Amino acid sequence: MAASTDSQVADIPPSAANPAAHAPPPASRPHRRSWAPYLLSAPGIALFAVLLLVPLAMTFLLSLNSFSFYGGIADVWQFDNYIDILTDSYFHEVFLRTFRIAAVVTVLCALFGAPEAYILRRMDSPWRGLCLLIVLGPLLISVVSRTLGWALLFGSTGLVNQGLMALGLIATPIEFMYTETGVVIALTHVLVPFMVLSVWASLQRLDPQVENAALSLGAGPLTVMRRVVLPQIVPGILSGSIIVFALAASAFATPAIIGGRRLKVAATLAYDEFLNTLNWPLGATVAVLLLLANIVIIVGCNRLVERRYKQVFE
Amino acid sequence: MNRNGPLALVFHCLFLGFLLAPILIVCAVAFTSEGYLSLPTHGLSLRWFRAIGDNPEFIRAFKDSLLLGALSSTLAILVAVPAALAIARHQFFGREAIQALFLSPLMVPHIVLGIAFLRFFTMIGLGGTFAGLVLSHVIIILPFALRLILAASTGMDRAVENAAASLGASAWTCFRRVTLPLILPGVASGWVLAFINSFDEVTMTVFIASPETTTLPVRLFLYIQDNIDPLVAAVSAVLIFLTVAAMLVLDRVYGLERLLVGKGRD
Repeated sequence: MAASTDSQVADIPPSAANPAAHAPPPASRPHRRSWAPYLLSAPGIALFAVLLLVPLAMTFLLSLNSFSFYGGIADVWQFDNYIDILTDSYFHEVFLRTFRIAAVVTVLCALFGAPEAYILRRMDSPWRGLCLLIVLGPLLISVVSRTLGWALLFGSTGLVNQGLMALGLIATPIEFMYTETGVVIALTHVLVPFMVLSVWASLQRLDPQVENAALSLGAGPLTVMRRVVLPQIVPGILSGSIIVFALAASAFATPAIIGGRRLKVAATLAYDEFLNTLNWPLGATVAVLLLLANIVIIVGCNRLVERRYKQVFE
Repeated sequence: MNRNGPLALVFHCLFLGFLLAPILIVCAVAFTSEGYLSLPTHGLSLRWFRAIGDNPEFIRAFKDSLLLGALSSTLAILVAVPAALAIARHQFFGREAIQALFLSPLMVPHIVLGIAFLRFFTMIGLGGTFAGLVLSHVIIILPFALRLILAASTGMDRAVENAAASLGASAWTCFRRVTLPLILPGVASGWVLAFINSFDEVTMTVFIASPETTTLPVRLFLYIQDNIDPLVAAVSAVLIFLTVAAMLVLDRVYGLERLLVGKGRD
């Protein structure tokens, strides 16, 4: 089946494969425009309206309710939960920790992911494919298994500390389990492939001949890196950073396993309010705040990046 | 093409080591012959892999995960194909908004979706049911399927369809005999990516799964929260072996890079 499909595609003249061809021919517009697209997307719209918009709206309403230990959830509509979170230093600490971890993870991913993408692009073809598989493969492995690996390295076997002490880098073991350091390392591992992917995509647009031109005109390798390569991959680094930051700020499984019950972040806080304390309204409030922060960051940063680097995207 | 210097290669090796270390240690610990967590220094043993068989809850969770992944990706494809065709071929009022709606689950943290579905399903009586799991998974995996099908249907040539229609094919025949075969690679890879995302999902599922219907990652997560022993390492190792096998096949057939570029993006 696949082979015949390929040959069919190959028969099409190159001009027809033009991306602009997806715009419908004007002649067919008047009759077909009216109902077909709405009918085709109706099942999806209905599904998303009922199963996405309604639950999210209900979560917002839930966050306005109040909760008492004996009375349960009361149907009142007030912003008390929001006021509680915005004025209580315990919640400040949790949110601050969440964003601090996300920021450090983002910086680390950029520092290691961007050079790695550049190195990958300069590799020769059999090695490049293999290495790309190793770098991107972890994305498909369950995050629980990957985090379990870090828990084993940090805790039970203590291999990381043994290694660092054998190398003479540290004198006493570092505490990784249940600390921010441990969460940051494990999250960087989970999210760095996204940064490599994003920078890799922006490198695809970079013509290697431009680098050679700069070299032949007498620029040193450092100058080429600073003046030619870096400006062109900065949009890739920035959009990778948006993805990594958003995913790190709302990460759940990794902080829950490495951070444990003691080191709470926003996601694990919401989980505990829901499934242990059973204070659903407060948990819903944390979720709404997390969602708002996420949307503001993603949409805001995307706008900023697109405006600043308009010329690169064109 | 330019070559990497020795410094770059050292960096590269350290980076790959960092990526592989936790995955390799899980596999190594799974082969230990001891009764506690340790590296298999006293010979390899399969005792912990055999122990999985004595824990039917893992087997059941694995079967549930497979069924859930297959059902939800198939449903997602059934919804995504017509929607992708509408968005790719037609200029209509609200097109951008509809596309944004379908891709919006990518912007919502899974923890928020978990809470929203828990609240919604308990209210409408689907709490803790398998149907609830399937419906919620359809929502989160649809964007991944839609994007690949969208790419396939924007890239295809419409002249072939017009030719079929002018030769008297009905709209349905035209779709079944011409359009579908042409976008099939996109549909198939969309299904696979959707399946993987459903199979790996833990954050949202942990809220809506019940002890009777739970997925393997959730089962593992809850187990690890209580204690870490070689048994979870063995279960994880099996998961890793299966994923690597699927990945190699996928890379041969479709190209991993092509499948993943854009994953996690809006």
